[in-house]
Amino acid sequence: MSSPILSLNGLAKSFGALKVTDGVTLDIAPGEIHAVIGPNGAGKTTLIGEITGEVPLDAGTVTFAGQDITRWPVHRRALAGLTRSFQITQVLPGFSVVENVATAAQAHDGSSFSFFRPAATERRLNDRAMTALAQVGLADRARSGAASLSHGEKRQLEIAMALVAEPRLLLLDEPMAGMGREETERMVDVLMALKGRYPMVLVEHDMHAVFRLADRISVLVYGRVIASGTPDQVRADPAVREAYLGEEEFA
Amino acid sequence: MADTALAAPTASPPLWRRWWLPALVFLALAVVPLIWPERFVLGLVSRAMIMGIAALSLDLILGYGAMVSFGHAAFLGLGAYAVAILFEHGIVEAGIAFPVAILVGATFALVTGAISLKTRGVYFIMITLAFGQMAFFTATSLSAYGGDDGLRMFHRSELFGTRILANEATFYFVVLGTLLGCYLLLKAIVASRFGRVLRGAKENERRMRALGFDPFRYRLAAYVISGAICALAGALFANLGLFVAPAYMTWQRSGEFIAMVVAGGMGTLHGAIIGAIGITLIEEWLAELTQHWKAIFGPLVVLVAIFARGGIVRLIDRGGR
Repeated sequence: MSSPILSLNGLAKSFGALKVTDGVTLDIAPGEIHAVIGPNGAGKTTLIGEITGEVPLDAGTVTFAGQDITRWPVHRRALAGLTRSFQITQVLPGFSVVENVATAAQAHDGSSFSFFRPAATERRLNDRAMTALAQVGLADRARSGAASLSHGEKRQLEIAMALVAEPRLLLLDEPMAGMGREETERMVDVLMALKGRYPMVLVEHDMHAVFRLADRISVLVYGRVIASGTPDQVRADPAVREAYLGEEEFA
Repeated sequence: MADTALAAPTASPPLWRRWWLPALVFLALAVVPLIWPERFVLGLVSRAMIMGIAALSLDLILGYGAMVSFGHAAFLGLGAYAVAILFEHGIVEAGIAFPVAILVGATFALVTGAISLKTRGVYFIMITLAFGQMAFFTATSLSAYGGDDGLRMFHRSELFGTRILANEATFYFVVLGTLLGCYLLLKAIVASRFGRVLRGAKENERRMRALGFDPFRYRLAAYVISGAICALAGALFANLGLFVAPAYMTWQRSGEFIAMVVAGGMGTLHGAIIGAIGITLIEEWLAELTQHWKAIFGPLVVLVAIFARGGIVRLIDRGGR
């Protein structure tokens, strides 16, 4: 097996007496979609925060593409290709849809200490933004204000912003949260189309989506990884069945 | 995919709709000396325009960067003192004194900004206020340069060895030209890549970090630009009244700058100019009517805050639709 794109080694984080991350060790292989599932409060979003740098760790190391990034600030990790989407969508509401994506492209296209040339007419940034918007099926909304998008469209916009950011790893924090059936299907299609091109860490509640997309699944309960393996292995794992007892997705 | 479809720019209103109001303001300012050539009017409107430059500089950080600086008058004072102190030592050339004033403003902004921008929100307001007060009290203790009483200049700065600034009308147009220059410069800056990052960090800081931007660096650069431009306004202000005093740096004046920007319309630039000119003229006019003018001015500000939310500029904008 080639060396992992992301290695988490012994991550630990407590809020007071509450251990939200308790010795998490995980390797994400290049090209794989690795789903992280677990009941509410299992520490999934905290884990994403630890990988992106928003949540400082008590212990453990994060290695990304062979570099120890444990002490790197959020923006530096992002520039290195660690690209995320948010559970609660984070867009630039006062910007148009295309400018949201062009801003993401700008971060990876030379210096932003340029004071005189109008950014809105920079062809290269706009072209890349439009290509990404077309990939997620949002091209026809390019000129709309980002605040006017529906919830599902904001999710698509976040994916487009991730795509122009030259990602080496996508961290998707519940990309289907709050979506209707149809929107979820569309998002699964979008992610299916990206599968193989980018390795992904997918935190998700929608088990149908997880089992369709994931190559490997890790199950997080009370901040610990209780199982990790292929979908079939995880589905058969007695500890997982116990943690999810009574939840219809596993029935 | 069709090439034309790819180049979709940001949606924006037609050109005339974006430019008619600022164009009208500058046109009106240009014809003032032709209609009212009186010394008093020229001096008053020059003062209003200098306040406009200061308000413009504040709008860059307040309107586009959500940084509520409550110490902006310090930059005005620093620029004014730089010119007056150099004058005191015989350096009367604007070509030297004005760049020095700008440099002083930028340096003060770099040092105080690097510290205050580590904080956000109400803490940022408090810390900028504190730095502003430090500048104020430092000025009062400059006994070699007049202390509390301030410092006189015997005549206006020379411009490349000439005394042309002594002429009221010439000075008026120099101020107007500076105002226009600063406006166009800031207009370009807010639309640039840099401006986009600044605006983005105001919209959603967390998102900008996740995209790979460190908002601090951009905010600090904006703060320095703002301080430099405000100091330039101060250099003109010293020349307008041929006098500088610590009173230029009071926190009340800093508050007035905020009022100008907010009343005119934050994040529009021309709103800051309109707010500055409006407030300066109304103050002057009310002060002539009654010495209790603040009792009228106060409620007026409240009315603007209630009925013209988003500032006068947006009120005009809504009326035009």
